[in-house]
Amino acid sequence: MHVPDGYLDAATTAGTAAVAAAGVALALRGARRELDERTAPMAGLTAAFVFAVQMMNFPVAYGTSGHLIGGALTAVLVGPWTAVLCMTVVLLVQALVFADGGLTAVGTNVTLMGLVAVGVGYGAFRLLRAVLPAGRTGLLAAAGVGAFLSVPVAALVFVGLFGLGGVADVSLGSVAVAMGGVHLLIGLGEAAITVAVLGAVLAVRPDLVRGARHLQRATALAPRSETAGRPAAPAAPAPVEAR
Amino acid sequence: MGAGHGHGAGLAAMYVPGASPVHRLEPHTKLVAVLAFALVVVLTPVHAGWAPWAYAGFLSLLLGVAAVAGIRPGRLLRGLVVEVPFVFFALLLPVVSRGPRTEVLGLSLSESGLAAGGSILAKATLSVLAATLLAATTDPRALLRGLDRLRLPAVLVQILTFMIRYADVVGGELRRMKVARESRGFRARRVGALKVLGPAAGSLFIRSYERGERVHLAMLSRGYTGRLPTGPVAVVGPRSWAAALSLPLAAAAVLGAGSLLG
Repeated sequence: MHVPDGYLDAATTAGTAAVAAAGVALALRGARRELDERTAPMAGLTAAFVFAVQMMNFPVAYGTSGHLIGGALTAVLVGPWTAVLCMTVVLLVQALVFADGGLTAVGTNVTLMGLVAVGVGYGAFRLLRAVLPAGRTGLLAAAGVGAFLSVPVAALVFVGLFGLGGVADVSLGSVAVAMGGVHLLIGLGEAAITVAVLGAVLAVRPDLVRGARHLQRATALAPRSETAGRPAAPAAPAPVEAR
Repeated sequence: MGAGHGHGAGLAAMYVPGASPVHRLEPHTKLVAVLAFALVVVLTPVHAGWAPWAYAGFLSLLLGVAAVAGIRPGRLLRGLVVEVPFVFFALLLPVVSRGPRTEVLGLSLSESGLAAGGSILAKATLSVLAATLLAATTDPRALLRGLDRLRLPAVLVQILTFMIRYADVVGGELRRMKVARESRGFRARRVGALKVLGPAAGSLFIRSYERGERVHLAMLSRGYTGRLPTGPVAVVGPRSWAAALSLPLAAAAVLGAGSLLG
């Protein structure tokens, strides 16, 4: 998935770098709303989670396995702005420490896997969440479709960039069909893993899933002893006073 | 693990401790040098006849730096593993590209596709080698200091700091879960295994998030104001800049010589 150096010409690389810089700047502002002043430690740990879970191999079909890319999952879990920051940080570390993805292509990779994948995944999730019946199943379905769409759309955006500034003279149609086809399959795997992970988090700590906040409020209206068994609720206002 | 990206051994695995002149360069000068080198490589014209000579020149420059830094060729080769998926794409290009065709071993291949595939392979390889050299001679924490000095937004640097500091902790939890699963006879073979692996990843998220909250509160109680104090920054003289930039400058000289002579 990571675009290496030399795939796209200088103008396209510079263009995507500018897009990525603008997107990350926006995300830095937006993330403050999602995580208030806890931005750095929380986003850092979430990025460490994304990084670790990308190393985990999930069986997809007999003999083959895939791993999560995580844009849509992270967006549903911690919110889209923080997700963009997490993906950016993971991509930076992969490029700088593991030479995975080109150094001049960092902007391109952030645009594709940070901005496009998170944007499409979260956009589709929000749209479907509004349409589908509220509840666990609707939420999981919306997240699954978002995760599924995020992969082939990012791949097609790459094909578009390759058409604009690719170094080879290929018929775009055939590249689009090949890339799109392969990434539809990868998207199915991404959707399955996203739903499995999200379902697990929803079962244990639904309050941590940002994309499920509306469900949280709905249950709060009916008082139950459900939250009583949990050890002390996370001290949300405390940090402000501690400063 | 690690088949996904080959990062299984943790973040520090790429760093080879040493005291060579390359190791001792200030990290931000190295970052600029490697980025500039990658830029020169990318700017090499694809269809020029002398391009292969330029690539050979770039490669010998990198091997020279590796020799000075005391990085063994085997280490560099291991860095190339990440490139594998793109080798297939590059090999496909001559087959699917348009334009005049030539016969190679009985296959009808596009000439421009051959040039493009070859150049993609060469450029990606060179830049991966350069980045591998950077990672092998620079501690991840030093890389962060370099990014900070290059004015990457402070919040982003901090997120990176926390990520790098805890990546091995979170990865370690993942490894322990894996050992626990497999010592109970679990093998991830079919899709049904998602029922086990999904909750495992889910609880990894919960643990990471809760650890983030704990770390944050602990840091607040130690006077964290949103910025980590760093010591006084070392003054970098023109000499160390010149040493660091000798790599991209030599590469630019190779490029210039190629376009003049070719």
